[in-house]
Amino acid sequence: MGNLEILLQAPIFSVQLLIDGLLVGSIFALAAYGMALLWGVMNIINISQGDYVILGGYVTLTLYNAGIHPLFGVPVAAVVLFFVGWAIYRMVIFRVVDRDLFISILATFGISILLQQLMDQIFGADIQSAESGLGTLFLFDNQVTVGQIKLVAFAVVVVVGVALVLFFKKSRMGQAIRATAQNARAARLMGINTDRVYAMTFAMNAAICGAAGALVVMTWVIQPFIGLAYTIRSFMIVVVAGLGNIAGVVAAALGLGAAEQFAAFLLGAEFQIGFVFGLLVVILLLRNMVLKRQRQVLK
Amino acid sequence: MLHYVKTIFVSCATAALALAAFGVAQAKVEGDTIVLGAALSFTGKYKTNGKHTKNGYDLAVKKVNEMGGIKVGDKNYQLKVVYYDDESTPARGAQLAERLIKQDGVQYMLGPYSSGLTKAMAPVTEKYKIPMVEGNGASRSLFNKGYKYLFAVLSTSEQYLAEAINLAAEQALAAGKDPAELKLAVAVENDPFSQDIRAGVLDDAQTHSMNVVIDDKLPKELSDMTVTLTKVRALKPDVLVVSGHSKGAATAVRQMMEQKVEVPMFAITHCEAADVIGKFGAGADYTLCATQWAETMTYKDDYFGSASDYAKLFEKEYGYVPPYQAAESTASVLVWVDALQRANSFDTDKLRDALAATDMQTFYGNIKFDETGKNIAKPMVLRQIQGGQYKVVAPTKWASDKLIHPRPKWSER
Repeated sequence: MGNLEILLQAPIFSVQLLIDGLLVGSIFALAAYGMALLWGVMNIINISQGDYVILGGYVTLTLYNAGIHPLFGVPVAAVVLFFVGWAIYRMVIFRVVDRDLFISILATFGISILLQQLMDQIFGADIQSAESGLGTLFLFDNQVTVGQIKLVAFAVVVVVGVALVLFFKKSRMGQAIRATAQNARAARLMGINTDRVYAMTFAMNAAICGAAGALVVMTWVIQPFIGLAYTIRSFMIVVVAGLGNIAGVVAAALGLGAAEQFAAFLLGAEFQIGFVFGLLVVILLLRNMVLKRQRQVLK
Repeated sequence: MLHYVKTIFVSCATAALALAAFGVAQAKVEGDTIVLGAALSFTGKYKTNGKHTKNGYDLAVKKVNEMGGIKVGDKNYQLKVVYYDDESTPARGAQLAERLIKQDGVQYMLGPYSSGLTKAMAPVTEKYKIPMVEGNGASRSLFNKGYKYLFAVLSTSEQYLAEAINLAAEQALAAGKDPAELKLAVAVENDPFSQDIRAGVLDDAQTHSMNVVIDDKLPKELSDMTVTLTKVRALKPDVLVVSGHSKGAATAVRQMMEQKVEVPMFAITHCEAADVIGKFGAGADYTLCATQWAETMTYKDDYFGSASDYAKLFEKEYGYVPPYQAAESTASVLVWVDALQRANSFDTDKLRDALAATDMQTFYGNIKFDETGKNIAKPMVLRQIQGGQYKVVAPTKWASDKLIHPRPKWSER
């Protein structure tokens, strides 16, 4: 527990861990939004989620290599991935929307493999990253460092989150998506073109992942085969937060981000992922207990 | 009518089988060509290094053939390599090893890329008693299984960064300090290869009785080591050692730079593969990089001349500076050439014994195998990035430049 002592003697490092955790969590929050959206509206667990993130990273990298500042990658990757998502829906996903959950998992798993191999063919297997050139903030007598790109990422997450909430509340399409999520059959009877709604939802998810990927390539590194880490993280955040609740997804993402930084510091980096999964189990058990109590009241 | 068709079919099948059997018997040496076999990663995550490996093999084959081939008995033979794509997956690699030996009748194997693939293929070559010379599987777990037919020209993984510890101790002594006072931080990815590197580092740290203050195992899934670097800032070690393939190298250099982490000595692996100079420019300066080989070394052989001659030839042929993965692949072929000539035979057992008795110098370094099949004659090299260039600084015998120690502070750069 020597590491705990460091935190007690120099509490400033806790601030560092907390800030890092929240900012890291915010990037995962983006990919998790999208996953919650797909899951809630279409009842699809998208295994290829992380691969859209990485693809967004490569779109940004292409811009960067062409001499364009990678921050422009955020909107550009979102737009490009929107169309990629639309195309994938039209080719594959519309066939599995109303089917068994297992079928959609298989289908998106296949898409995931295909995307990975295509990215490998087109962009190569090497580790790549884009430099935003934004520099680092030094706080508290240089004890705490914050990469400014992470702050930008946080801002992007907030903006996208607010935009999504407004979109769902105000726009016709947003309302149609919510209606479809509640009851697809009823929505269809009310004249909503649910096929279009699904296509839109899938494309939006891909766009959100694309924006997240642009942030990932500026913050860390990308490689065609590391998408799965983002899929798993999103899945976990959604499981913790539940569906149809953007604020919950953000809170869960930030909380998990911070928790895993502390766990890694105190227990050692090798327990970082293990800790998060352990936490997932505990949360699921707790939630199950709470639900059980509520069911008893209903009886 | 049907009867005739059947007869024709059966005789065709018999003929094909006979031909196949004949083919197998003859495939190891076809006419005046000696056939080597290799499964390499042409697709998947090792694609880049798979290509380096192939280029290394091909260049050696080309050069040897140009210089008249190999004399066995009283006849000159040309070399040829049969390749398959192992898709960067161990299971496929093992299948292909089986296929190369059983179907294609290959009797002389070259290694795949990476320890993982080598680990999958070695049991197969061992089963059929087919010698394999490899230059890209460094994990020490390959050499404690009692394999008799596996020979590796490269330094094994536990040596990768051990040299950095000795260098730190040397520096401490030169500054009038006791190496036992040095604080060491180790952050190594949680996979078998990187953990071998860690074991080597910790062994050497123990001989100098250094104090290991951080010993983190970085998760494979994440490309973020902020937490470890925060610990480094808190505990101020004298030496920081990081290894985690290309991803680890890129992440470490980038985050050291972004977070302006100060540490007197910073040593990593896979600098070249991650292209840390190209990606991070001056931010990569003063980093120590472990490498198997450098083109500035003074080793020589009859085929390629010096290391720098090899580098020039390779660049002319393929348009890029050879990474060590290519150099050690070329050296693997040279070991086969040497063994075939000394054994003066195509018998795999005689060849195995000839390989085991190898004692030669190549442009890549000296090669002499111990009884486990690993090369014990070539040390690892440490290069420091100085002004955007790799400069050999250790071991002292081969060093071309002086180590800059401690690393200048970020504010003074």
